[in-house]
Amino acid sequence: MMKEKKKHTWRHKDLLGIENLSEEDLVLILDQATGFKEVLARPIPKVPTLRGKTIVTLFCEPSTRTRASFDLAAKRLSADTLNIAASSSSFLKGESLKDTARNLEAMKIDMIIMRHECAGAPHFLAGEVNAAVINAGDGFHEHPTQALLDIYTIREKLGKFKGVKVSIIGDIAHSRVARSNILALSKLGAEVTVCGPKTLIPAEMEKMGVRVVYGLKDALEGADVINVLRIQLERQKKALFPSTREYINLFGITKEKLDRHAKEDVVIMHPGPVNRGVEITQEVADSRYSVILDQVTNGVAVRMAVLFLMGHNKNLEQKEVPTKLHN
Amino acid sequence: MNIRTKSKVLDQPGIRRSVQRIAHEIIEKNQGLENVAIIGIKTRGAYLAERIAESMAGIEGKKIPVGALDITMYRDDLTEIAEQPVVHATEIGFDITGKKIILVDDVLFSGRTVRCALDELIDFGRPANIQLAVLIDRGHRELPIRPDYTGKNIPTSKKESVEVRLKETDGSEEVVVVEAEKEER
Repeated sequence: MMKEKKKHTWRHKDLLGIENLSEEDLVLILDQATGFKEVLARPIPKVPTLRGKTIVTLFCEPSTRTRASFDLAAKRLSADTLNIAASSSSFLKGESLKDTARNLEAMKIDMIIMRHECAGAPHFLAGEVNAAVINAGDGFHEHPTQALLDIYTIREKLGKFKGVKVSIIGDIAHSRVARSNILALSKLGAEVTVCGPKTLIPAEMEKMGVRVVYGLKDALEGADVINVLRIQLERQKKALFPSTREYINLFGITKEKLDRHAKEDVVIMHPGPVNRGVEITQEVADSRYSVILDQVTNGVAVRMAVLFLMGHNKNLEQKEVPTKLHN
Repeated sequence: MNIRTKSKVLDQPGIRRSVQRIAHEIIEKNQGLENVAIIGIKTRGAYLAERIAESMAGIEGKKIPVGALDITMYRDDLTEIAEQPVVHATEIGFDITGKKIILVDDVLFSGRTVRCALDELIDFGRPANIQLAVLIDRGHRELPIRPDYTGKNIPTSKKESVEVRLKETDGSEEVVVVEAEKEER
């Protein structure tokens, strides 16, 4: 009975970042997500797994995709969801994050999915409430579920991580997607290159174990996967790069550049929303290289896996785990 | 806790014969294999379903659709079990609506696994009927569920447990009754 392959157990109360996950945690989520992806293809794409659980999405920053994806993932698992947007909530009346969370918890909720413009806000919240907290993006810090769906998509397309060359292109400095991706890919043994204007690449990037290049050609050559980040046009006002036009010329992904420098079977990813004609051309975004819509579909499956793991978690790290439950 | 093997109730030829007999019975009861499909409950039920399908193909010369069902997402004890459940993919590559579905599991005990499987199957479509085939029926039902095809009935006590070992999952072919006993200190 206990002879089965030793399986990895999830022990985290919250999902705050990729930083505190192990390689085994990541693989567990990906394996579970495969099961949930199949559910999405069923005639009735809904399972009773989280019946009776209540999940709150607390978004203090605009979001379409991530919020819809989490909401749908929860509904596909039969959980009840409650959406709170900062713009229509008591935040505007000056209620603190802590009070909001405490009040929500008094209504007997099980999980809070949170996006906040301040790095560390979900970590603060996690310490205040018993409910599980999932970080859906905090400042320039982390966006763990985006990285999870990205690595899921990479595994689906390439079947492995060891030695896979991934180039992340764009505004690395202000990207929580880049940060979470670098952490996840490094843990899994992929080789990460980052590329962008010098002003948008943080100092000491090499310390994260990645290769830094400033020319697009170097990032494209030999890459198995190119992850194109959204260029936040509002940054241009802060003069972090001279002009959008120059950015397009130097770093925009076009079919000509791919034909000239990239592998024929390169996989193009983008976390969305896409600025067509800026970081990536219309032609490339809709081309056969592009897996942008697969990413969106996989996002729901991966988030279902995360909600499932957190929703049925009896093996929390905070609680004392008996060392010898079974022989 | 120690697991003690009490008795071996089926060996490799025994399992093979049971599978063959179930195959014959399914064909007899359904008067052939017209519109019949077979779905096994993961993990061991899925392998048994494949074997039964193969056996039936040998008899009737016709291959029927085979599927595998993972019932983890439908379990009624998710909030109670201590061990973390692991989800695997369900693989049903055909439309079950209108088909006669043979549902296969290795051991029938409380009937709760079968209940999950029935709920899940209904979410895939509306089969003409669902028939249940099990290798071992060990009794102690907690739900009104009964098998249509049984490899072997084995009366057991609740303290005991029945383990079906198949070469695909366990490297050996046997069915044993085991009992957990407290370790002496």
